[in-house]
Amino acid sequence: MPQQTFVLNGQPVTVDVEDDVRLLWVLRDILGVTGPKYGCGLGVCQACTSHINGKAFNPCCTPVGDLQPTDQVTTIEGLPATVGKDLHPMQEAWLEMDVPQCGYCQPGQIMAAVAKVLQARAAGQQLGDADFDQIRNVCRCGTYHRIREAILSAQTQF
Amino acid sequence: METQNLQQQSGVLPQQAAPGIGRRRFLGYVLAASTLTVAAQLGEGAAAPRAEAAVPGVPEPADLYDLNDMLTDAALPTSNLITITLNPDGTASFALPRAEVGQGVTTSTAMLIAEELDLPLDKVQVTLADARPELLFNQFTGASNTTISSYVPIRVAAATARQRLLEAAATELGVALSALSVLQGVITAPDGRSLSYAELAVAAGSLTDLQVSVTLKAASAFTVVGTPQNRVDALDAVTGRKQYAMDVQVPDAMPAMICRPPTINGTVVSVQNQAAVQAMPGITDVAVVSTGVAVRGRTFGQCIDAVQALQVTWGPGSEDSATDASVLAELRAAENPLVTPPLPLLTEAVDARFTFHFASNSPLETNCAVADVRSGSAEIWTSAKSPIDAQEQLAVQLGLPVNAVTVHVTEGGGSFGRKLFFDAALEAAEVSQAMAKPVRLMWHRTDDFRQGRVHPMSISRVRATYALGQVLTMDQRHTSVATEFGHGLGEIITASVAKLPVGGLAFSETIFSLTQQTPYNFGVTTQLLTEVDNGFHTGSMRGIYSPNVRCAQELIVDQLAAAMGQDPYRFRQGFLKDPRAVAVLDAVAQAGDWGRTMAPGTAQGIAIHPEYHGFVAVLAEIDCTRATVDRSVPDAVTGPRVTKVVCAVDVGLAVNPTGLEAQMMGGIMDGIALALTSSLHLAGGYFQEGSWDDYFYTRQWNTPPELDIIVMPPTTGTPGGAGELAVAGAMAAVACAYGRATGSMPTTFPVNHGAPLAFTPLPTVPPIPQSPTDGLSRAY
Repeated sequence: MPQQTFVLNGQPVTVDVEDDVRLLWVLRDILGVTGPKYGCGLGVCQACTSHINGKAFNPCCTPVGDLQPTDQVTTIEGLPATVGKDLHPMQEAWLEMDVPQCGYCQPGQIMAAVAKVLQARAAGQQLGDADFDQIRNVCRCGTYHRIREAILSAQTQF
Repeated sequence: METQNLQQQSGVLPQQAAPGIGRRRFLGYVLAASTLTVAAQLGEGAAAPRAEAAVPGVPEPADLYDLNDMLTDAALPTSNLITITLNPDGTASFALPRAEVGQGVTTSTAMLIAEELDLPLDKVQVTLADARPELLFNQFTGASNTTISSYVPIRVAAATARQRLLEAAATELGVALSALSVLQGVITAPDGRSLSYAELAVAAGSLTDLQVSVTLKAASAFTVVGTPQNRVDALDAVTGRKQYAMDVQVPDAMPAMICRPPTINGTVVSVQNQAAVQAMPGITDVAVVSTGVAVRGRTFGQCIDAVQALQVTWGPGSEDSATDASVLAELRAAENPLVTPPLPLLTEAVDARFTFHFASNSPLETNCAVADVRSGSAEIWTSAKSPIDAQEQLAVQLGLPVNAVTVHVTEGGGSFGRKLFFDAALEAAEVSQAMAKPVRLMWHRTDDFRQGRVHPMSISRVRATYALGQVLTMDQRHTSVATEFGHGLGEIITASVAKLPVGGLAFSETIFSLTQQTPYNFGVTTQLLTEVDNGFHTGSMRGIYSPNVRCAQELIVDQLAAAMGQDPYRFRQGFLKDPRAVAVLDAVAQAGDWGRTMAPGTAQGIAIHPEYHGFVAVLAEIDCTRATVDRSVPDAVTGPRVTKVVCAVDVGLAVNPTGLEAQMMGGIMDGIALALTSSLHLAGGYFQEGSWDDYFYTRQWNTPPELDIIVMPPTTGTPGGAGELAVAGAMAAVACAYGRATGSMPTTFPVNHGAPLAFTPLPTVPPIPQSPTDGLSRAY
């Protein structure tokens, strides 16, 4: 069985698992990292959204064999460390606006939101309503309005 | 004593006299124990005062006694087993016999305890109780009943604990009880000496049974209840620490999935390649079970591979030739006819029939459960709103005594009615028993839409007659594919009744008559339910019948207003029975600037919905212009956009206004989805939708950019049900707005159902799709 090596939340990990197993299952079922959620496994709902080398991606659509040993995977558990704090400002905004209802989609929402802010900033912009319209993360509890408010509040904080 | 725990159970004698809003005195029982233990009964919820207004119209059953009253009365004998424990570190723990599925009941419960116990909110820990059959009907989460049924007993338990702690402090400090003050878990004497709850816990216990008189706080003294509080589980949610059934890790419990038939209720005839699949990477077991072929493996990804590889001969299902059109024909044929005598002079009628297509209550966390079945016992983890029924049905299925089965209730990733049933728990247990190994079983997203329970298709005919400025009659005939209530009232007795062919219909009709009402003085009002066709797996979806029934009624109300030459808002204002209803209607009309000039192709709609002792009014603005309707978002449905919603809600008393706003917000998103974009399309015996880009629940591009939720000040002083209230109000308001914007009353819902499918249906064999491999290329 092949060995897969990558960096997870700042620590190198090595896992014995076949190349084609999607990273989401390596994280959840083998490594016990359950922050990224299963909502569809189809790259649609975005509940599994995590970061690879600072960019948002769907581990449910990523064969673990595609990863290089130097690839940095960050899940919600590792987000605060990326800014050297106990909580990322996006998480703090989520708390301030009392965003979560069932909470199941929220790790993915937060990871997507951080990436969206960074993406806009790289283009010299801030996020507005038109950008929020493009966020594909499903929230079946319908907290979209508070998600928008939290992103607006946090995007100037990091 | 070693055990430093202080346990409280609320005690309340059933009261025969009308309680009145001001009644705050109750009796609690202290039971002999090494720690403080109190017994209680649930009595007040059923007798909670409700706003009474003069009702010139003939009252309907739900006006006098609704589903919540039945659920609260059903819970009467057994809440004496609810316990609050005071821990050695001064925190309080309470195992709530309900499910937390996102509606915020653990937070509101913690607030009730913090209030009456005078303990900081962050020192109150609320967990979810395991299934406890001795609770009978008192462990059922549904019908927005949790706050209503638990409001008094939880407070009495906490107040009883506080009373006992004060008495212990009085003894220890040698000070009269009345001279003590309590603040944030510390009791202080006039001379400044103080004792914390932790220090008093053991002394507050009793060696003999006692009766304790307690007084609940007056609402005017509330410092927690009624104040905006954030969710107590929000930190865990945003850090990924919150644990759902999907996340539970039990030794040796490995992922399991089921290969399901291509059509509803199909059966396994034979498996051609079981051995080959069992030899696939990561797979440990393959077994035929009731609902298909189960596989168990090291990862869910490898289970998906195995399900895809299985070659199975399937037997026919129960609805193989069914289509939307055939079900519609069935409904039309079964519709209870409206007797329409010739209209008297000067009397006219409005009469319309509305169609509501199948919808899905699938939450984001798909059906899932962990099961560890041994030869003489079974342990299950799942999010369950009827855990007692689950435990009892599992015992029957596994051939075990009921008390050999343990059901742990996990926090749920949404429910919307789905988790009233426990299909995944039954499957997981069957699979674990068949394989003699623990399993973590989950449904694939595609299965959850196609084979999961659905909100049944229905038609609703509404006919109203009017003359000389009065509405004389309103008759509604609601014909629906049967809604399964096989969970009963949470335990096996009512569950069994609900499953009987005759009992089932009677159960549904009872639920219908206990939930459906008309808020208007429309003379003689009749609402009847007829059901057909038990070949589908159905269940209650948030609001049960209300969103469809209310939508149909409010569209007719708009028709009546137009026919009688009145503005929709003023017309409603003139006919509403209850001043609380008028108040929320006025609030949204004012805050939403009802009547403002709207651009062509855009319009406002307004609607009202009463339920579970509360009222909600919704004003919606919709944009049906070409430019908006034709917005292009990949793999999505845009269409008409609700641009603004103003919602006013009166639940009698909002325990947590922040939580109430959240429930309104979510219900509004549901209402928008049901009115405009989300439905299941039935063809060839299966539902076509298989992902969130097929089933178009409200997404960010459908969300109204302007949202204003008004929480009305307390009216009755006791809390009503909030979790479902906004769905019906919002669906109706959006439908009314759509009709006014397009100039034509919509009669089919969602309004886009008849359009060409906006997606390519996934195959049914294999039943689930493979996960893509392009994740890295789509990183952003």
